[in-house]
Amino acid sequence: MKFGVIVFPGSNCDRDMAWVTQGLLGQPTRMVWHEDSDIGDLDVIIVPGGFSYGDYLRCGAIARFSPAMQATVQHAAQGKYVLGVCNGFQILTEIGLLPGALTRNRGLHFICDRTPLRVERNDLPWTRNYDANQVITIPIAHGEGCYFADDDTLKSLEDNNQVIFRYSDVNGEINDRVNPNGSRNNIAGICNREGNVLGMMPHPERSADIAIGGIDGMGLFTGLLEIAMIN
Amino acid sequence: MAQAMTQPVTQTYQAQIYVTLRPSVLDPAGVAVQSGLKHMGYDNVDSIRIGKYIELTVTAETEADATEQLNVICDRLLANPIIENYRFDLKLNSQIVSQIV
Repeated sequence: MKFGVIVFPGSNCDRDMAWVTQGLLGQPTRMVWHEDSDIGDLDVIIVPGGFSYGDYLRCGAIARFSPAMQATVQHAAQGKYVLGVCNGFQILTEIGLLPGALTRNRGLHFICDRTPLRVERNDLPWTRNYDANQVITIPIAHGEGCYFADDDTLKSLEDNNQVIFRYSDVNGEINDRVNPNGSRNNIAGICNREGNVLGMMPHPERSADIAIGGIDGMGLFTGLLEIAMIN
Repeated sequence: MAQAMTQPVTQTYQAQIYVTLRPSVLDPAGVAVQSGLKHMGYDNVDSIRIGKYIELTVTAETEADATEQLNVICDRLLANPIIENYRFDLKLNSQIVSQIV
């Protein structure tokens, strides 16, 4: 399975992603410069965290117009996989691959922490290595991670089971106290209707190497690989 | 003999663009500023919403043309219609007289 990690000016999680896919999982991975639109050889596009184009204007607003992102829209339309983490999630909402928007954290602070997440469904490649309702601990690091969507969009997301991860307590309880940023319905990660595009604020790539204290995020990457082997 | 060609008259407009959060979107920065004003003693100030102000110039043949372009610019980049509203004022800046080439 061949991975591509898009590199924008200001990306800072791109190498962490490549460390997981190439360094730990041994999969061919190449960095895709934001001005490059030739990504036909890639199975999975990862839009990494960071501050693309300085996050000027709005997080992800300028990145969406890059040639690499325009090509990523085509890539997704072919049913291929797209993962956006943190700034990558913001970019995927800005470009319209995922509904809603990410706004300023309710408490205004930039939050750098570990947070329990409840896995809402495990019938997708991204989550097949987790149990349904399993609680995993994944780091978050963001100032604009408050997920917003209007009532109709939110209902459609819930009706179609597009919420993949929710902020919870360690027992999987969902309530406002364990919502770090004010996201509606405690949403931490969503997918598109088809399930091939996933966006999430927490960083699974920072929880994939035992050397840095946790591997709860690794299942997301290995799930993808297993699907590739089955097909 | 070179033929004289007349280019269309274009005008330059100054745009003043205001981007504001939609009423349904939480504005924690506005809430924080409001609490600062309360500490200053202004209990009578309410409903603070923080937005963005953007200036640009645009060259177009008509004001309608400039307005149409600005709507696209705002919808696609300057504002995110999911969370923000925008409005703008257009002011005629200068007129570029048609040139004979």
